[in-house]
Order: sequence, then structure tokens, then C-alpha cells
Amino acid sequence: MTIATQELRATYAFVERNVNLVKRYWGWEVVWLLYTVANSLAVVFISQGVNSAVGAPALSKAQVDQVVLFLAVGALVWHYLAVVFQTVSDMISWERWEGTIEYTFMAPVRRTTHMVGTSLFSLVYGFIHTAIVLLVIALVFHLDMSRANFVSATLVMIVGSLSLVGIGIMGAVLPLLYPERGSQMCYVVQAALLLVSGVYIKASEMPTPLAVMSIFSPVTYIIEGIRSALIDGKGIADLWPTLLGLFLTGVLIIPAGVWVFAQGEKYAKRTGKLKRTG
Amino acid sequence: MSATATVTRPNPLGSIRIEPSTPALLVEEVSKVFSSRSGVFTRMRGGPKYSKRVVAVDHISLRIERREIFGVLGPNGTGKSTLIRLMSTLLSPDGGSVKVFGFDVVRDEFQVKRLINRVSVEASFFKKLSPMENLIFGARMYGLDGEEARREIVAILKRLGLDDRSIWTPMEDMSRGMQQKVAIARAFLTAPVLLLLDEPTTGLDPHSKREVQAFVREIRDVHNATVLLTTHDMDEAQALCDRIAIVDVGRIVALGTPSELKQLVPMPDGREPTLEDVFLALTGRTVEEAEREDKP
Repeated sequence: MTIATQELRATYAFVERNVNLVKRYWGWEVVWLLYTVANSLAVVFISQGVNSAVGAPALSKAQVDQVVLFLAVGALVWHYLAVVFQTVSDMISWERWEGTIEYTFMAPVRRTTHMVGTSLFSLVYGFIHTAIVLLVIALVFHLDMSRANFVSATLVMIVGSLSLVGIGIMGAVLPLLYPERGSQMCYVVQAALLLVSGVYIKASEMPTPLAVMSIFSPVTYIIEGIRSALIDGKGIADLWPTLLGLFLTGVLIIPAGVWVFAQGEKYAKRTGKLKRTG
Repeated sequence: MSATATVTRPNPLGSIRIEPSTPALLVEEVSKVFSSRSGVFTRMRGGPKYSKRVVAVDHISLRIERREIFGVLGPNGTGKSTLIRLMSTLLSPDGGSVKVFGFDVVRDEFQVKRLINRVSVEASFFKKLSPMENLIFGARMYGLDGEEARREIVAILKRLGLDDRSIWTPMEDMSRGMQQKVAIARAFLTAPVLLLLDEPTTGLDPHSKREVQAFVREIRDVHNATVLLTTHDMDEAQALCDRIAIVDVGRIVALGTPSELKQLVPMPDGREPTLEDVFLALTGRTVEEAEREDKP
């Protein structure tokens, strides 16, 4: 058996296990999906209420449709990114909760393989989840996607996911070091990304401190890129600087995340925090 | 439960060559201390850096030969599980070294992981997943082929007394005894040459306990594995182990075969001492007393 075969099998172990968990927790998956759909619809409905909120026909029908699309893309992309980030950063807290953490860390699996397996699952899971939410939003709001370039949007999503995976791996160190509160700390990271990345408002329109912070968030560029592809129909040729930037960011952040995690793992082994109860 | 030839085992040693004289496990002067840092304000006021320091393992040395069933006997809270965690690469030692078939648990962590597996007192599974789903995950992590692993899982679980339905039932619906058997199957599946058993029979009914003990013997007798077993059950230690180390407060207080240990403590009434008598004589307290005293 070659090392490559062994690593592939180990990578698949994490994908298969997570798929099995989704199947076994199907009831929870339905609830989660309904929550996501309701949440996304609530955000997009804001656009429908602008005129009544200001008490005047401030926006024309075409402008309202534009806002619908703007918010819908923000809600969908954020949902996808949140799922990817959460699945990757949850890889430790879930194992600790189930009590399997010691067995996974005792197995002859390179941490990179562990993370690649978890990340692959998160990308596919996030994509399927988002596609379902998109379908519901498209049906409810009759989205005009006639100009959308789905190929370039998907490409931005995939390349942008690399950075999210890297940040997720860094985030996963929190439950490793802080068994009781680590998961909640991950939500803080997620909320910070949501706040500064121009998800529901253009990053340039935000107050200056937030606008400055948005420059350093890869999510800003992912959302801008996908909006350009889905709303303005921009193709790969127009988006290549964004794609290149996101790719390079991902290539830098993933090893940085793995390094941070490795340091966390060493610390956990020194202090005994790998125990199932911490 | 009888040994059959239906289960083929992968070779975890692969192309690794090990000198025949290399012991299965060599522990030299290993120690582990756990500390809790004092609060920021305590430290600012010049208080101690650590609020609590617990010496879990205190300069322990052991040499375990191949195909030996070695027992580490002692009450709860005396460092047995910490010792197992040090051997299974889940903790790094503060001092000393642990070598598995010549490989250092810190320096050669990956090779060590290929050679060992562990069964702990808690079965530790994904509760909603079935034994098959849990074990196939474990098998793939160790690089086993999926189809082959599925066949082996069925064979091992059936031999341990699980029926077809149980193999696909969520773990949460199974009794503790059944869960522990699945835990043993998980370890056995990867063909470890060193099997670390951390109180594997605690909380099991007498029937399940006997089955697990029979399986431990079989792992050594049929599959040539070396077994390190921690327990606070004196009868179990006597029944299973070739040699026993009695530990108390993180230290080995005596080491030898069960009969050698008993010879250390001549009884005034002339009867043969039990291991409980030996423990009492060497530590000045019974296992129950030691457990109560060591409770935080």
C-alpha cells in the first residue's frame, strides 16, 4: 500500500463519516435547512419593505429588484461561507462532544489529511445547502438571473473557499485550547467576518474603521466577486485579478492555519487538553 | 468465544524492521505533572504562578517484552490513565522517554501510532452512528481498504457476539457491555502489535467481563500482540497478567509476577495473600481508601 493510497483512504474516512452523520441526524438537517431558508428570506424581504418603511416610493420596481438580488446574493454567499467555516472549525468541538477526539488524534493520520477530508466535505455540503436555499429564494422572489454568469460565480466560490478553510482551521484551534468556550469563540470570529465583509452592504459604504478592516477580509472579495458574476454577469476574464488574489490568499492562509493548529495540538498534548472532557 | 481463522489481519509493521531484542515497550524515568495557572490578579499580587500542581506520573520505568500481558494495578486517580495516554501519543512527557518497539512516542509519533491501539474505560463513539459506521471510519483512518474492512468488521463483531441487526444499530441504543465489545473490535481491527487497555472491563456485567478477558488472551495467544492493561480489579489482574506493576500516587511501588508480588508479603496467619493484601501492605491503605483519598 502506497502512502498516497493510505492518505486518500484516510481523507475519505472523514468525508464518509460526516456524510453518515448527516444521514443519521437527518431530522436536525431538515430543521437547520428550514432555519437557513427562513433567515435568508427574512433578509431578502427587507428589500420589499423599503418603500413602506420610509413612507414614500423611494425606489422604483427595478431598483427594488436590484436590492433583492443584492441581498439575496449576500445571504446565499454568507450562508455558504458560514457553513464551510463552521464545519471546518467544528471538527474539534464535535469530536470532543462525542468523546472520540482521543481516538482520532491517536490514529496514524496526518493533521493535514484530517483537515483536507473535513474541508472537502464542508465544500460539498455547503454547496448543496446553498443550492437548495437559492432555489427557494429564486422561487419566492422570482429572481432575474438572466445576466448571471454561474461559471465564474462558482469559480470565485471555490477559490474563495480556500481562504475560509484556512481561517476555519485556525478557528478549530480554539475548541482545542478552550474546551468549554472554544466553540462560542468561533462564532465570534464568524460574526466579525460577517460585520466587516460587506455581506449586506457594500464594504465601501461602511463606516471608515469597518471599511478599513474589510480590506483584510477575504470574504469581502469573495462576495464582491460573486455579486459581479451573478448581478453584472462578469466572466472569468473580468474576474481574474479577484480569483488570483483569492487563490494566493488561500495558498498563504491554509499553511498558516495548519501551522497554528499544530502549535495548538502540541500545547494540548503538553497540558492534557486532548482529553475528551478537556 | 473461540478463535477462528476467518479474520485476516493487516500488518501494521509493514516494511519496518525491528530487532528481535527490542522490547515491546520501554518506559524510562517518565514523568508528567499537570498544573493550573493562578488567576491574573493573584499573580499580579505576587502570588504563586500555579494554583494547583498534580504529579500524575512520577519517574516511572518499565520494560515490557513482546507477547506479554502486563498489568498496571492501582486505584483510580494514581496516574494509570495518564501513563496510557503518554504511551498512546496523546500526552507529551515532561521528562524521561517512552519507546514502542524502539520508536520514541515524541520523535517517531507517526510510526508509534501505526503500532498501537487503545481501549479506554469509556467506549467513545459517534453515538448516532452504528458499529459498522464507527468502525469503518476507524479502519479507513488506519489506511485499510473499505471492502476488506467491512468483511473483517462483520467477522469480528459476530465473534464478539453481536448479531446482524446490532451491527447497523446506532451505538446509543446498545448496552454498555456491547459498546465496550465494539471498542475492542475497533482496536483489534487495526491489528495493533501493542494494545493498550485502560480499564476495559470497568462497569461490565460478569458475563461480558469474562468475554472481554477471553478476547484479551486470544489477542496475545493467537495474534502475538503485547497487551498493557490498567485495572483496579485485583482478580482481573491476577487472572490475566504475566507481570504486574502496582502503582500508587504516580509511582511504581512493586513489580513482578503475581506470585512474586505475593511473596513480598508473608501473611501472619500463614494463608496465601491476595493482591489486595499486597497493595495494603505496600501502600498502607486499601484500594478503596486510596481511591477516596486521591479524589480531588
